[in-house]
Amino acid sequence: MSDKKVWQDLETGMELPPATSLGYRTGGWRILRPVYDPANCIHCMICVSYCPDMAIPVTQTEEGVAGKGGKIFKGVVRWQTDLAYCKGCGICAHECPTKCITMVREEEAEQAACKP
Amino acid sequence: MGIRKAITGAQAAAEAMRQINPDVVVAYPITPQTPIVEQFAAYVADGIVDTEMIPVESEHSAMSATVGAEAAGARAMSATSSQGLALMWEIVAATPGLRLPIVMPLVNRTISAPLNIHCDHSDVMGVTTLGWIQIFSENAQEVYENILLAIRVAEDRRIQLPVMVNQDGFITSHAVEPVEIFDDAAVQSFVGIRSLERSLLDTEHVRTIGAMALPDYLFEAKRAQEEAMGNVFQVYKEVGRELSSITGHAYPYFETYRLDDAEAAIVVLNSAAGTAKVAVDAMRGRGKKVGLLKPILFRPFPYEEVRAALENIPAIGILDRSMSFGACAPVYTEIRSVLYELDTRPKVQSYVFGLGGRDILSTEVEAVFEELLTGELDSKRQRYIGLRG
Amino acid sequence: MPTLQDIALKTSGSAAKLVSGHRMCAGCGIPVVLKEVLAASDKPVIVINATGCLEVTTAVYPYTAWNTPWMHLTFENAAAVAAGIEAAYKSLKHRGKINGEVNILAVGGDGGTYDIGFQALSGALERYHRFMYLVYDNEGYMNTGNQRSGATPFGASTSTVPAGKVSPGKPQWRKNLVEIAAAHRIPYVGQSAVHNTLDVFKKAQKGFSADGPAVLAVLQPCTTNWSFDSALTMQYSRLAVETNFWPLYEIENGIVHITSKPTNRKPIEDFLKGQTRFKHLFRPENQHVIVEMQEMIDDEWDRLVKLEASGVRF
Repeated sequence: MSDKKVWQDLETGMELPPATSLGYRTGGWRILRPVYDPANCIHCMICVSYCPDMAIPVTQTEEGVAGKGGKIFKGVVRWQTDLAYCKGCGICAHECPTKCITMVREEEAEQAACKP
Repeated sequence: MGIRKAITGAQAAAEAMRQINPDVVVAYPITPQTPIVEQFAAYVADGIVDTEMIPVESEHSAMSATVGAEAAGARAMSATSSQGLALMWEIVAATPGLRLPIVMPLVNRTISAPLNIHCDHSDVMGVTTLGWIQIFSENAQEVYENILLAIRVAEDRRIQLPVMVNQDGFITSHAVEPVEIFDDAAVQSFVGIRSLERSLLDTEHVRTIGAMALPDYLFEAKRAQEEAMGNVFQVYKEVGRELSSITGHAYPYFETYRLDDAEAAIVVLNSAAGTAKVAVDAMRGRGKKVGLLKPILFRPFPYEEVRAALENIPAIGILDRSMSFGACAPVYTEIRSVLYELDTRPKVQSYVFGLGGRDILSTEVEAVFEELLTGELDSKRQRYIGLRG
Repeated sequence: MPTLQDIALKTSGSAAKLVSGHRMCAGCGIPVVLKEVLAASDKPVIVINATGCLEVTTAVYPYTAWNTPWMHLTFENAAAVAAGIEAAYKSLKHRGKINGEVNILAVGGDGGTYDIGFQALSGALERYHRFMYLVYDNEGYMNTGNQRSGATPFGASTSTVPAGKVSPGKPQWRKNLVEIAAAHRIPYVGQSAVHNTLDVFKKAQKGFSADGPAVLAVLQPCTTNWSFDSALTMQYSRLAVETNFWPLYEIENGIVHITSKPTNRKPIEDFLKGQTRFKHLFRPENQHVIVEMQEMIDDEWDRLVKLEASGVRF
């Protein structure tokens, strides 16, 4: 309890500033990890729009990124899933039209990530 | 100096609201509060105020919309009675926790069953634990001034708590009395406008209001709320002094009437205090030393000050206009508690009177004084005034 | 025409109005509904949230997932609170105390809307406050473990009306909230489903731009209490539409328009199977319930198609 505020420091009416939940990492809930293969991605944004945890970052790029078939995708593109928040629901993998996301057990993914 | 108008307590509340000209008024009609909202609606219809008024579909929605408006930064008011207060109880309870300074006139009426539209205090006494500031008014003049006072107390940065301003149903709300209405400009300058500091509509300072608090924070939240309640005494005095400069009246926590040398005293809220004053005068005329203490600020309760006022009175009768079934009546409970710290305690007697609009006569109050003076009292037994059988 | 790319940008990073770190179940579609709806507003949105899944998971002191003004009061009064906020907005604007435009969004689950919040919603629609009411409909009290609501479908087993030896689950059909809302003669009512991002987005845009109250009902399959794999939320939403169990349509100024017509209506079994709440229906003695359900769905669909074709104002 020591890291919590004392009553004298509470905001009037317990108001909160916005988006403080970014400090609450839900990635620890994950059992399955979405492993994303950019080489097979068409940046259709289906996974992004369906992600319940807003855990797939996107940016707008003019240079473009290489995706499925070596094609360069410009405009709005996605990047690696933010594992700090991804809860591993698997909607992205299930809905992906090119199957560029695979759900892998978290411990296997950890081991694979540790290999040189 | 103001203008004297012959108006009812309900109209006096509406007059205060006219001068306040709140940003939002939300109301659902209920007897005997109805004339307040009708009068105010007429002001809206005639353009005398430019308040946004929402005639909602229930009291639950009335208090909900009032809270929404207040959270949005508006000065919002509602008014209710009895069953209406009961229906909005859930939101009444939530308001102090959100620290929203809503001012609501409450026209006291008994709670069903049996159904009865007349006065007693069973409505307000069911909500005194919830964290609203409670102010009581003997007559229409006090209703008017207490509402003005309440706005400033509620909205003070040290407080940010809601206030109910009580008046007796029908007895005060529907009886015509001369009421001095003070200058619009002076009153409006006194009430000012509400700060938008905590407005949900401030999109530059995005805020979350009403987050859930788990066991790790709820206790601290409630302690902070209690601190604000404790600040009321100081703020009430300061605001009262400021209002005095317009009205010439004082705003004490309670009124005492011929109490100083009294050998017996009565404690009673609201309009019955007026009846008790008549009885005091009659008794004094017969050489009996009796007096009155009329609580005004009931939450927070000014224990120390009431103790100082009562400590030398040998016998005190506490008249409650509601019961707490199976336990001591609410005002009696407070007064008994007040006296606990004294080495030599006055004798006390609990009386219940006036339920469901039953009249109390000055002769009945005189009989209470006589009983107090004889000293035949039983602090463990509640007595009833004007009850058959 | 909005694209998924546009919506992705509006729902990510600092533009996101609902951010990561909320505590909704893995695979829950409620945040998906919310981010799509919030992205559809071209003005800041003031959100008033009824008690329920969304509220308890997005604002747990000192954490809030909201990056837009947000408020919770209690369970049954989101529409009434929204009414108060709208009145305050009008008044403060009229008095020159605030500038700028906002949209007001009240949001609740089906319990807070069809059941306990129904009166406050009806009152606010009748008084014609300018706000949108969004219901994310997961067909029961899912936050507290699958209790029956007025939105629970016929035949579903819930913890308060469980299927048992003599009970085939809920014996009543559900309320038609969309038509009830439209009966208030409000300018916009839409019914959508979480999997159809563009449909949700477009209907939310219409709702926000309506000159009066709007209601948007979005189906949101519950991975936890309908008990399917968390990856299948969008699939169940899609099946609900493809079976005509949950038609996508809108009632704009009283005119009915079906926004998506399945070419080959799938049998209702396709939607029911794999959901624990309907498992009992596949027992031989309950087959008649599925038959009855199919008839009701087909009748309702026929009625909707006729309503649309008639052009008669609702």
